[in-house]
Amino acid sequence: MSVLESEIGTAPPSGWSVMWTRYKRNRAAVLGLVLLVIVLAMAATAGFVEPVDPLRRAGDPLVPPFTDWATPLGTDQLGRDILAGIFHGARTSLLIGIVSTVVAISIGILVGAISGYFGGWIDDVLMRVTEAFQTIPNFVLLLALVAILGSSLQNMIIAIGIVSWTAPARLVRAEFLSLRGREFVEAARNLGVGDAAIIFREILPNALPPVIVFASVIMAISILLESALAFLGLGDPNFASWGNMIGAGKAVLRSAWYCAAIPGIAIVLTVLAFSLIGEGLNEAVNPRQKKS
Amino acid sequence: MTAHETTSPILEIESLRIALPEGSDRPLAIDGLNLTVRSGEIVCLVGESGSGKSLAAGAIMRLLPEPRVRVVAGTVRFEGQDLSTLSAKQMRSLRGSRMAMIFQEPMTALNPQKRVGWQIEEVLRIHTSLSRKERRARVLEILEQVRIPDPASAVNAYPHQISGGQRQRVMIAMALVLQPKLIIADEPTTALDVTTQLQVLKLIRELQAKFGTGVLFITHDFGVVAEIADRVAVLRQGELVEQGTVSEVLNRPRHPYTQALIAAVPGLNPPAPKSFDTAPVVMRVEGLHKTFKTRGGILAPRRNAVAAVDDVSFELRQGETLGVVGESGSGKTTVSRCVTRLLDADGGSVMLGDTDMLKATRGELRARRRDIQMVFQDPMASLNPRKRVVDLIAQGPIVHGENPEAARSRARELLALVELSPAAAERYPHEFSGGQRQRIGIARALALNPKVIVADEPVSALDVSVQAQVLKLLAELRDRLSLSLLFVTHDLRVAAQLCDRVAVMEKGRIVEIGETATVFANPGHPYTRKLLDSIPGRDWTPPLLAGTAA
Repeated sequence: MSVLESEIGTAPPSGWSVMWTRYKRNRAAVLGLVLLVIVLAMAATAGFVEPVDPLRRAGDPLVPPFTDWATPLGTDQLGRDILAGIFHGARTSLLIGIVSTVVAISIGILVGAISGYFGGWIDDVLMRVTEAFQTIPNFVLLLALVAILGSSLQNMIIAIGIVSWTAPARLVRAEFLSLRGREFVEAARNLGVGDAAIIFREILPNALPPVIVFASVIMAISILLESALAFLGLGDPNFASWGNMIGAGKAVLRSAWYCAAIPGIAIVLTVLAFSLIGEGLNEAVNPRQKKS
Repeated sequence: MTAHETTSPILEIESLRIALPEGSDRPLAIDGLNLTVRSGEIVCLVGESGSGKSLAAGAIMRLLPEPRVRVVAGTVRFEGQDLSTLSAKQMRSLRGSRMAMIFQEPMTALNPQKRVGWQIEEVLRIHTSLSRKERRARVLEILEQVRIPDPASAVNAYPHQISGGQRQRVMIAMALVLQPKLIIADEPTTALDVTTQLQVLKLIRELQAKFGTGVLFITHDFGVVAEIADRVAVLRQGELVEQGTVSEVLNRPRHPYTQALIAAVPGLNPPAPKSFDTAPVVMRVEGLHKTFKTRGGILAPRRNAVAAVDDVSFELRQGETLGVVGESGSGKTTVSRCVTRLLDADGGSVMLGDTDMLKATRGELRARRRDIQMVFQDPMASLNPRKRVVDLIAQGPIVHGENPEAARSRARELLALVELSPAAAERYPHEFSGGQRQRIGIARALALNPKVIVADEPVSALDVSVQAQVLKLLAELRDRLSLSLLFVTHDLRVAAQLCDRVAVMEKGRIVEIGETATVFANPGHPYTRKLLDSIPGRDWTPPLLAGTAA
């Protein structure tokens, strides 16, 4: 029979390897991944570089970089080792970046999924709340929250999460709006599957790819927000963080520029890493949007 | 046929080859196509999805997505001139003025931001030096010729303000306004309802004869071919398998592929009526109502409510198939969603055994869903892309409390029942073709041992040869498991194949219901008669070909 359907072909390569092939195509994204690995390695080896306390006095104040091998990147005005600060700061920045992103994405998914799936007045209420958050500038809200909660590391993470959930909520809602009318959702309802299972097991896995791409952007923004807070002197002084280092370095910016510049470069490279990864993931997930 | 032989060829395609990008399912989209279109004739290029027929049109207009898809060999001559030697500018002046194209989806082919008149006028503005007044007059004249009601007001309408059939008329007007020598029509009536389709086909035929235009008409539908073609060329996987006059190809096809395609076209003779009077009633629908209300905002007033389903009643007996037929907007899909309670109806009752589905509580409803299952239209969208086939099929029984292991092993048995290999179980939906996915959808519906299956256009997204196989499978399963089928379709040929009784819907109401053979032979309602008269190629009966019985 010449027009009988052909049998099923051989299994195509798994989704992960296809994604990696597409990701690899973007050289900038690979660079981002390399940068991230370096930052991760710094965070992991911070204990070897400075086992006691990165905030202790390690030598004379304001030693320029590459002059004393005990403190290769020099010291700040209190004699703290800048290299140790950079390594331990990587831990703080990654911690803040990852945890506050998890907080923001979780709130965003919950609000967006419920809003998009149920629609109607539930959607109206949740979206008005989201808009209320969006109308206040991020950083102003963050300052207010930190002022109220106090500036411990934990509170900062929560505050950053609270100011960044609105964009993922809108994104998830948009995905749910387009997916909830699909026939596979109707098929699941017709089998008697409950609402919670439809939201989390049927729709959410299909809505997740753009959210994961967006998460890398939120991570970059979270790190910047923490640095900005620390720069204004609102950071947690008990942790070595890049923002704290810049904040301290700005007092001696004219005489010892390296105190602020070195952590500044660290922030730029880390944020760049997350942005490039985000772009690479986006192309890996939506190959058609790529310009040829 | 002989009349056309004498006229000069407008379009000559010689051993055309189009390459696809690396990693496609085949290296060449078109391999060695030879085709000639003469003035005043309509040549139909027929093929199933993926046969490369639309790319052939793109190659003629030099509108291929180059460099990924490109012509690697062969020539395309338009009025004797090799198109590949022309500059991009010369090509632009040719397109629209001497060769024009009509697309499948008029809503996307027209610019939604511009008025209809402006868009037709644009063609004149680019290609002629007519004054504004003359252009205006010409636009009105051509709108008159494509028989748009009230051309003077249609000129000022935006595309969304006119109906689908009228949009396609506007597209035809745009294509014809400069009286081109060649029109390429790529599935121009596929998105239209049958009654509109017939009008548009007649219009193309009539205007083409009047202006002596050559038409290359691309379609997948043999009914349309029978309706409009002078000559037919059949494409399979980029290869031209057969070419000839319409009566040769349709009634005496020589190539086995053409024979198989034509054998798969459902005939219009319904099966002999079977009596179901003694069979128990499985589902009784009475006085079903559904009105769609738009939700007004704070500032936006409520818009008028539309009655999608208006007082619909029918009953379905065990083992019986009831077809619900009608055009788009007739409410047939809404009926299928209401009886399964995917939509909440506003009134009426749907008795499934002793339970009224419309009044069932959440718990009762979940339990009763076992008895009524659905097969959906779009085989791409109806299977969750992130689930393995075995989990998709076993999902229903697991939700209803069956042991997951037992449910999965039963799912594997069901795969055999729908004629898929057991290896399919561990795969994901995107690895299957449309017809195979629809089989998976059927297996999922059967997993709960339902009494009623509601099938919403289950074959309308499939190629005709696959369509025939899926219909045959549905019929076999229905007979073997004594299922009752509520079969929603817009395609009367399909309905004639499968349905014992049909209900014809128009504007939310059932205008006629009865045994398929009776309704088809002797339609009682004028609307039914109109629908039957609009079936493309209704005068052509697919020949019974020896040796191709599937």
